Amino acid sequence: MKINIDNKSYEVANDSTILEVCKLLNIDIPTLCYDERLTPHSACRMCLVEVEGAKNLVTSCSTRVRDGMRVFTNNEKVRSARREVLDLLLSNHPMECLNCEKSGRCKLQNYAYEYDLVDGTFKGETRKGEIDSSNPFYIYDPEKCILCGLCVRVCDELQCSHAIGFEDRGFDTIVATPFREGLINSECVSCGNCVSVCPVGALVPKSLEKFRHWETKEVRTTCSYCGVGCQIDLKVKDDKVLGAQPAFDGVNQGLLCVKGKFAYKFISHPDRLKTPLIKKNGEFVEASWEEAYRLIRQKATNIKEESGADSFAGLTSARCTNEDNYLFQKLFRAVIGTNNVDHCARL
Amino acid sequence: MLVMDMLDEIKDKNRKQLEERLTQKGGYIIDEDGIKLDGDYFKKQVRIALKNCDIIDPTNIEEYIAMDGYFSLKNILNNMSQQEVIDIMKQSGLRGRGGAGFPTGRKWETALQYSSDKKYVICNADEGDPGAFMDRSILEKDPHSVLEAMAIAGFAIGSDQGFIYVRAEYPVAVKRLKAAIAQAKEYGVLGENIFGTNFNFDIELRLGAGAFVCGEGTALIESIEGKRGMPRTKIYRTAHRGLWQKPTIINNVETLANIPVIFQKGVDWFTKIGTEKSPGTKVFALVGKIETAGLVEVPMGMPLHEIIYDIGGGVPDGKSFKAVQTGGPSGGCIPENLLDTPVDFESLAKIGSIMGSGGMVVMDNTDCMVDIAKFFLDFTVDESCGKCVPCREGTKRMLELLEKITSGNGKKEDIDTMERLAVTISSASLCGLGQTAANPVVSTLRYFRDEYEAHVMDKKCPAGSCQSLLQYFITDKCIGCTKCAKVCPVHCISGKVKQLHVIDQDICIKCGACQETCPVNAITRS
Ligand SMILES: Cc1cc2nc3c(=O)[nH]c(=O)nc-3n(C[C@H](O)[C@H](O)[C@H](O)COP(=O)(O)O)c2cc1C
Ligand code: SF4
Ligand code: SF4
Repeated sequence: MKINIDNKSYEVANDSTILEVCKLLNIDIPTLCYDERLTPHSACRMCLVEVEGAKNLVTSCSTRVRDGMRVFTNNEKVRSARREVLDLLLSNHPMECLNCEKSGRCKLQNYAYEYDLVDGTFKGETRKGEIDSSNPFYIYDPEKCILCGLCVRVCDELQCSHAIGFEDRGFDTIVATPFREGLINSECVSCGNCVSVCPVGALVPKSLEKFRHWETKEVRTTCSYCGVGCQIDLKVKDDKVLGAQPAFDGVNQGLLCVKGKFAYKFISHPDRLKTPLIKKNGEFVEASWEEAYRLIRQKATNIKEESGADSFAGLTSARCTNEDNYLFQKLFRAVIGTNNVDHCARL
Repeated sequence: MLVMDMLDEIKDKNRKQLEERLTQKGGYIIDEDGIKLDGDYFKKQVRIALKNCDIIDPTNIEEYIAMDGYFSLKNILNNMSQQEVIDIMKQSGLRGRGGAGFPTGRKWETALQYSSDKKYVICNADEGDPGAFMDRSILEKDPHSVLEAMAIAGFAIGSDQGFIYVRAEYPVAVKRLKAAIAQAKEYGVLGENIFGTNFNFDIELRLGAGAFVCGEGTALIESIEGKRGMPRTKIYRTAHRGLWQKPTIINNVETLANIPVIFQKGVDWFTKIGTEKSPGTKVFALVGKIETAGLVEVPMGMPLHEIIYDIGGGVPDGKSFKAVQTGGPSGGCIPENLLDTPVDFESLAKIGSIMGSGGMVVMDNTDCMVDIAKFFLDFTVDESCGKCVPCREGTKRMLELLEKITSGNGKKEDIDTMERLAVTISSASLCGLGQTAANPVVSTLRYFRDEYEAHVMDKKCPAGSCQSLLQYFITDKCIGCTKCAKVCPVHCISGKVKQLHVIDQDICIKCGACQETCPVNAITRS
């Protein structure tokens, strides 16, 4: 079907929303509560556009295109509504950007800059709430929360843990665990997927390191904790990993588990093994891989000669890929000559 | 089980008994047109939705049958197709009485068009507008009219399951509905094989937990599904994907109560009442500064002054009329010079108010319009679900501005800010609650701007109702009895015995205690 966006005609697919169409066409529409993986929520009202003939502005995330539709994504009416929405959000948001972990990666900050807002203009009551720091990996600060609901929906619709929800009503609404008993006493599995989607600094990892986002670079890697192959963008500063963000374009589609999201500190831990160790005179000493393989081969050959192939048993790990596991059983069956081979996922 | 022809028998037997009972009791007009309530209050009223209220015994299904109840359903199941039922609904022009005025027939037709293994009919009985009690009266006094209409709707769209979402604050309504459903099943007019046909229809109750926003159709559906009552994003219409994503129709109690009567008396009869675009009647809860408050059901298009003066008897206590607020908390305030406006969906919208669910609050010259706007906004702020930004944050800021103005701290630019905010809240909110929340402010600014300006510029409340803007003075009449000084809780009155006393305006908390005790009325308020 044909639609007209900002006075240009486009041929677009049926059954998509205005926002989806605009994304494909690289027409920028701001969003705070949208996530393509989740049901549209239409709560932040930043994606408002004007549709000719409609009584009110419409949210582009939840309005499907119609043949002949005329859409204005950035006219004065639309911009001023968005600006007012931002003003309302900023008026109920602590102006702590100078010291906020999220600074530089915060959507609210970016839009405030884009729409020329220095501060909220309404000076009135602000939301009060206690920081929940009961989870070992992340904190929730209700005062910074803009109630976009992304965390709640990711937890419900994708992680399926249903650990958090909205509580109270109207101006007093906050995101909370049942009966406000704290994250640690909830169904939360610490996957951190809520942290990954939070557009502001309301859900942030507990970090001992201080860093600003612009000082870091992102390094794409594959998570080594299991065989799924989740793609992670590691946040790296001076060769030190300071955070992990799930990649959207990998098999994990923007999700991670607690290990992928938070368990990266071992990488630069002083106790981490970086070379093989061989016990010499009762003490482990560092060795080269060449040396280690030679020793394994030699011992394996000796044992097989003395006690036979079935004196071996191989146990492999769920952290290996399917290919690794295939090669491992091949090694045991074809090279060592035993069927004694198993995998920890059977336990 | 009730077989078809027993219906006539029950009617005949009970009609006679009912007429006898009512004649004995008095206060009724019984003639060939039917049974009506007698009295001046009812003369100008036309009762369709309330036609059985205060006439039949609501706990007895046979009295409902005596008033032609369940005959429409019987006739439809026997003689009509689904499309025929919908065509009649469309021709009748009946529009939803829950607020939006959407044509009922069109809603049903959409739900019929989508084929599905399951469809639902929901009756919206969450009546949450403060001061409104028309749905409550129907549920308590004529529950079977709602049940019959729901079964008709079920047949029309192809649904076998209905839900009544009724607020838990209506315990009598809940009790009556439960009893009525049980009776209807016993008589075979609900349940399986209704009237011996192969049409099945069951109705269950769901109780609301006190949130006003759960009256909004999609929030109501979320609530029935066991979720937090927040309006859904409107990607699909409810008639397409509603309750549990199945085609669903939601109708208001009063809308439903009209339906059996339309099928019984016919489209021609119905469309002669009311206006062309808004046929039929509307029930209003006429309250506030009015001589005779209560429920009035009038033909659409009746001018406001006729309802207020001819039926309600005007403003009592010698005070003068100032405004009438229609449409509940999100309606608008209408001034005296617009009282010839006919009440119908379009006319009320044109002058900045709404029909809403039928609240009608009359205000007199002692009511401050800024304070009234604040009162209604306070309600919406409290009832906003908190989902979308303009309503959650915007209405709160608007309320804060109104508080600033009524406490005497308002500035001229606050009025401009409110007007700007009103545009955002109305045009950018997700559901009807936010979209109409600013109406009380917008309409009072439109018709009573001078009152806002008096608060802001002169720091005065012309109606003498905003406490912080009042000043108490002691006049020359003072006899120096010292009574006022003794009663003042903040000790701000000074003066010697038998000499003129003075109030320290900086300390005075405007409680009025001095004025009440003064034996010679020497204290005035301005
Ligand atoms: C905030 C809000 C509250 C509402 N409350 C009610 C209500 O209490 N009862 C009702 O029937 N409709 C209520 N409505 C209107 C419903 O959304 C819906 O339009 C109506 O129930 C449809 O029925 P009708 O077409 O028969 O009027 C409300 C709407 C909004 C936005
Ligand atoms: S914590 Fe973050 S993701 Fe969750 S609602 Fe608040 S702002 Fe949105
Ligand atoms: S307009 Fe108000 S009540 Fe409606 S969804 Fe938004 S916050 Fe909730």
